[in-house]
Amino acid sequence: MSLRIVVTVKYVPDATGDRHFADDLTVDRDDVDGLLSELDEYAVEQALQISENSDDDVEITVLTVGPEDAKDALRKALSMGADKAIHVEDDDLHGTDALGTSLVLAKAIEKAGYDLVISGMASTDGTMGVVPALLAERLGVPQVTLLSEVSVEDGTVKGRRDGDAASEQLEASLPAVVSVTDQSGEARYPSFKGIMAAKKKPVQSWDLSDLDIEAEEVGLEGAYTVVDAAAERPARTAGTIVKDEGEGGKQLAEFLASQKFI
Amino acid sequence: MAEVLVYVDHVDGAVRKPTLELLTLARRVGEPVAVALGNGAADTAATLAEHGAVKVLTHDASEYADYLVVPKVDALQAAVEAVSPAAVLVPSSAEGKEIAARLALRIGSGIITDAVDLEAGDEGPVATQSVFAASFTTKSRVSKGTPVITVKPNSAAVEAAPAAGAVEALAVSFSAAATGTKVTGRTPRESTGRPELTEAAIVVSGGRGVNGAENFAIIEALADSLGAAVGASRAAVDAGWYPHTNQVGQTGKSVSPQLYIASGISGAIQHRAGMQTSKTIVAINKDAEAPIFDLVDYGVVGDLFDVVPALTEEIKTRKG
Ligand SMILES: Cc1cc2nc3c(=O)[nH]c(=O)nc-3n(C[C@H](O)[C@H](O)[C@H](O)COP(=O)(O)OP(=O)(O)OC[C@H]3O[C@@H](n4cnc5c(N)ncnc54)[C@H](O)[C@@H]3O)c2cc1C
Ligand SMILES: Nc1ncnc2c1ncn2[C@@H]1O[C@H](COP(=O)(O)O)[C@@H](O)[C@H]1O
Repeated sequence: MSLRIVVTVKYVPDATGDRHFADDLTVDRDDVDGLLSELDEYAVEQALQISENSDDDVEITVLTVGPEDAKDALRKALSMGADKAIHVEDDDLHGTDALGTSLVLAKAIEKAGYDLVISGMASTDGTMGVVPALLAERLGVPQVTLLSEVSVEDGTVKGRRDGDAASEQLEASLPAVVSVTDQSGEARYPSFKGIMAAKKKPVQSWDLSDLDIEAEEVGLEGAYTVVDAAAERPARTAGTIVKDEGEGGKQLAEFLASQKFI
Repeated sequence: MAEVLVYVDHVDGAVRKPTLELLTLARRVGEPVAVALGNGAADTAATLAEHGAVKVLTHDASEYADYLVVPKVDALQAAVEAVSPAAVLVPSSAEGKEIAARLALRIGSGIITDAVDLEAGDEGPVATQSVFAASFTTKSRVSKGTPVITVKPNSAAVEAAPAAGAVEALAVSFSAAATGTKVTGRTPRESTGRPELTEAAIVVSGGRGVNGAENFAIIEALADSLGAAVGASRAAVDAGWYPHTNQVGQTGKSVSPQLYIASGISGAIQHRAGMQTSKTIVAINKDAEAPIFDLVDYGVVGDLFDVVPALTEEIKTRKG
């Protein structure tokens, strides 16, 4: 038997950089260095572990929708151990929202062929956490999301979802869409061998016409939402800072009382 | 006036506070019609009526507990078709966002997640969002279809606004996808007796500086003296000192209390992402250079093992 896993990975501006908006109120991707979203490293890691724990023939494809530089994210995933990569790139994709992104990903996943899709819990720039659910809806397969533990056996995916009110054990038959949290286990670092091997692994490039998607369905024009304004949050006015010389606790209590918290 | 659907988050009929906040926001854009599903759905009606629901659509079936997300999407879609609302508001929990996203896709509408405010606008509701770890504030709206908007806890005040709250049964037929993901086991989270982290007016958090699970008792004692919820940084959670359910930050809970007290937390961007919209921020850290001090209204440079117990004592004395 074989198991085809597609891992969706996003190339995002570094969260520790000075992120901001471009003039058209889309996320500025030029001024801040980009990288493979850390939360998608967990998805790659789980795909690798599923592969390592399986007797089946497992093939891991990493898929990204993003600009030219997004290839870096694919390279990183390949150097961690994924087998091949698909890069969907098209100028008309600029400004695509979550609904549009899920359309492009779903078409690409179908074209690639899959038994299991693994996504991260959320992208570190948009932080919507909705793309995996949207993919399940579009692909018409079960959604097994926000797992902190995942396993695949005999065509069934199982996992644990730690929700707000309860921790749930979930189960679904393949094909399915899974997303994993950062509680699922630390992602491995690419080894030197892995980095070298990645250079030879195939990266396919697809554009919108390869996926039968019209330009109007995506991009700023196709978006279902409009950002009318973006303003930098005014810097917080500098607070009072005291050094504890034995009275720090008392002084803090005084402050809290002055603000009516006590 | 146009009707606005509000998805009700409740536990066996007990309505959670963020839903009541949604009713406040819903009244700014229309007449709130609540949708309550699952066990105890009808028991939510009295509370919802007190806070402005003109109608409460209810439906109970075992599918809501036995399968993940999709049965709720089916029901909410049925409600949208029955009511033709001007907007759909859903609490911004992990599940709420998933339900909202699938609904939006099905009804051909745009979705906005994690709004922190909502106003009526000429072209439909305008949502305020706080992005890039709260360093930017944006105003957005849905430009296609019925706006589907998820709203974060603590985004509006709970207001009494008595309305009819007439209970009506919602007719729901489940889709083939509804039974795709089975819930084979469920362990309810144990109650600590403290307020819910995302709903609390005061949150007291500890980080790596707390240096051990047993030392979290100091943080809990401070929290209890203020009637606060307890939070933790990821470093403290990863070390196994405190449960993940209490993690504050990008991959934990996002909180926006009146008062946030950080002890032994450096203030990394991923932590800030979950607490930067707090009204008043206080930090205790022995490193005067810690980035958390850039955010504070009041900071104490000192050892938390001295400052926190002293603070707790002083609060207790003042409260008598
Ligand atoms: C994708 C991703 C997601 C993440 N998500 C989250 C998240 O959701 N939440 C989160 O918190 N982090 C998150 N992180 C981790 C984050 O980057 C930081 O590593 C983490 O917040 C650090 O926790 P800390 O402040 O407790 O520890 P440190 O950064 O180690 O800071 C400890 C602080 O305690 C102080 N201290 C030590 N001893 C004492 C003492 N006795 N008295 C007073 N002060 C003392 C030190 O001076 C220091 O400032 C995430 C990271 C990534 C990459
Ligand atoms: N442009 C993209 N390319 C590939 N995967 C993506 C993209 N956007 C989102 N994803 C996937 O969807 C997950 C959730 O993203 P989001 O809903 O945007 O927070 C991410 O962790 C990725 O796995």
